[in-house]
Amino acid sequence: MDILETLRERFSDKIKNVKIHTDKRIYIDIDKENLLEVASFVFNDMDARFVTASGVDNLDSMEILYHFSIDREDVIVSLRVLLDRENSVVESLGSIIKGALNIEREMYELLGIKFLNHQDLKRLLLAEDYPEGVYPLRKDDQKGKK
Amino acid sequence: MKKVIVPIGPYHPLLEEPEYFALYCDGELVVDVEWMAGYNHRGIEKISESKHWDQVTFLIERICGICSTSHPIAYCNAVEDLAKVEIPERAKYIRSIVGELERIHSHLLWVGLAGHFLGYNTVFMWAWKYREPILDIMEMVTGNRNHYAMMKVGGVRRDIEDADIPIIRKILEQLKPKLEMLTGAVLDDPVLAARLKGVGVLTAQDIKEYGALGPVARASGVDIDVRRDSPHAAYGLVEWKVITCKEGDVFAKAVVRLLECFESIKIIEQCLDNLKGKKGEISIDVRNIPPGEGIGHYEAPRGECFHYVRSDGTSRPLRHKIRAPSFMNIPTFKASCIGETVADVTIILAGVDPCYCCTERSAVAYDVSTRKKILDGSDLIKLSHEKTGKIRKQFGIKDK
Amino acid sequence: MVLDLKKKALKKSLFVFHLSTGSCNNCDIEILDCLTPRFDIERFGMTLVGSIRHADVLLITGIGNIKNAGRIKKLYHQMPKPGFVVAIGACACTGGIFREGYNMAGPIDRIIPVDVYIPGCPPKPEAMISGIVRLLNRIK
Repeated sequence: MDILETLRERFSDKIKNVKIHTDKRIYIDIDKENLLEVASFVFNDMDARFVTASGVDNLDSMEILYHFSIDREDVIVSLRVLLDRENSVVESLGSIIKGALNIEREMYELLGIKFLNHQDLKRLLLAEDYPEGVYPLRKDDQKGKK
Repeated sequence: MKKVIVPIGPYHPLLEEPEYFALYCDGELVVDVEWMAGYNHRGIEKISESKHWDQVTFLIERICGICSTSHPIAYCNAVEDLAKVEIPERAKYIRSIVGELERIHSHLLWVGLAGHFLGYNTVFMWAWKYREPILDIMEMVTGNRNHYAMMKVGGVRRDIEDADIPIIRKILEQLKPKLEMLTGAVLDDPVLAARLKGVGVLTAQDIKEYGALGPVARASGVDIDVRRDSPHAAYGLVEWKVITCKEGDVFAKAVVRLLECFESIKIIEQCLDNLKGKKGEISIDVRNIPPGEGIGHYEAPRGECFHYVRSDGTSRPLRHKIRAPSFMNIPTFKASCIGETVADVTIILAGVDPCYCCTERSAVAYDVSTRKKILDGSDLIKLSHEKTGKIRKQFGIKDK
Repeated sequence: MVLDLKKKALKKSLFVFHLSTGSCNNCDIEILDCLTPRFDIERFGMTLVGSIRHADVLLITGIGNIKNAGRIKKLYHQMPKPGFVVAIGACACTGGIFREGYNMAGPIDRIIPVDVYIPGCPPKPEAMISGIVRLLNRIK
């Protein structure tokens, strides 16, 4: 649990909650204002590999999980950020991790989350004529549901 | 500076998925690459939310026809992580066998296609011919040539019978000399070396920034492999090693993939030793999935498949996030293609094995800003003649 | 009369063009497999060509998603006539497991007319060859 100790020491006031599912899966809740700082520390100083980000629609809020893998210790650290559902805006990680640019584009079009300071925020997967303002992965979008 | 766009895709003559790359070129040099996806988007993450936990394995098998057992293994790992269950030992060996057979057929498929992209169709025909016996094993063990439907939450669906084991061994034994011949032929070929060495180099720093995975990362000296780093299935129980190379070019990627086939055969043979003559459970019943979240990953032939599932205690996933390896590998083109020539880009794009083929098409060049035609077919031919003349002069070749 | 001649010419050697419209690429691999030494469809005079303008048969795999639908129509109109459309795999025939998806515009016969359906997930190369041979026998 060195990883958790290091993080707790460094960001004692910024970590809101920690959930240890198993030794190998740690979920850390942080505020969206601190995301860039914590993510940058995990990615650069702890030498983690950026895996991906999962956007989840909770109906009362939007949630993004940034998954980082620390391969030599076989631990996946997930940073959880909660956003306002109607006005979901968060800072882009693209300035520190180039690999995050495309997954942010995907969340932008499928969930309607906006990323600030993203260099190329436009559609990646959906067709040009797919209706604007319809986000298929949101829970209230009935298309694609049985 | 005038820039021209050379389109690759979305529909290309020979195979596989539509994918669109726009190469921004200055003369023959590529100065930027843009990737446009979505021609294959089917909305699987959403469909998955309307399926039962057990049905999802059949759905996600159909994410990709080549990695059609890697995604189910990653998904099962995720659900097993969520429910905190351990699968029986026999199921672990069977999972590894199917996973490694898939790796061999996928790598052979890539080697064949790489040869095909370079206009070396002999390699294409060889590699695909030697891939067929692997598909025969699959058909015998699982009942289908592709889409094996072997994985299930809590174990595997079918057992490998004792009677099948000698046949599998025989086929693998026959495959070995052929693989050695193919490896020798590909790695010693001066033409392939000239086309592949030093082309599309990715440094370890690029790999970290873009989060590239699998053989692409290992060819650049980044020693990551989920099978070793996060031992699951039978990978912690058998002897094998991770292949890495330092160079980072397309040739290194070919070396890594070819040598991995031999490691896969080693793993399968050891797993078969552990199955033979033994009886045991192949799956446990996982009835209720508790509320919570789980993460599973597995080293697919192209890199790490990553699945995140969330449950609210009902019979369906609340959210199922899937990250395929090519999603991280494709953006590395921004690092590897820029500064290369158009002719080399085809094999660089193929080098990460993104499941697509590229096309030769006669391009009409447009000015990017005004969309006005600046060169047409005959101009391009003229340019080509001029360049050939220059090269002839440079090497002192006289005109006939 | 001209059409008859064209049809007679068709029977001898079919040029096929392959189009993937949102598939899992398994059907596509099996199509390619038909070309390799074990199945070798070239012995029937068939070959894959690089452009729809040279093709007699359009092999379509996949569900036909919204982004592709317009492009499928375009390619169909570019195909020289008489030509045939073959839908390969469960997705192209019915939508298969992706039928409920939000990005679905197909199955293919909702977008363009289809002459031959080859079901299966994926159909074996033998099934594909059999389907094409039946098509050949139907040309009169």
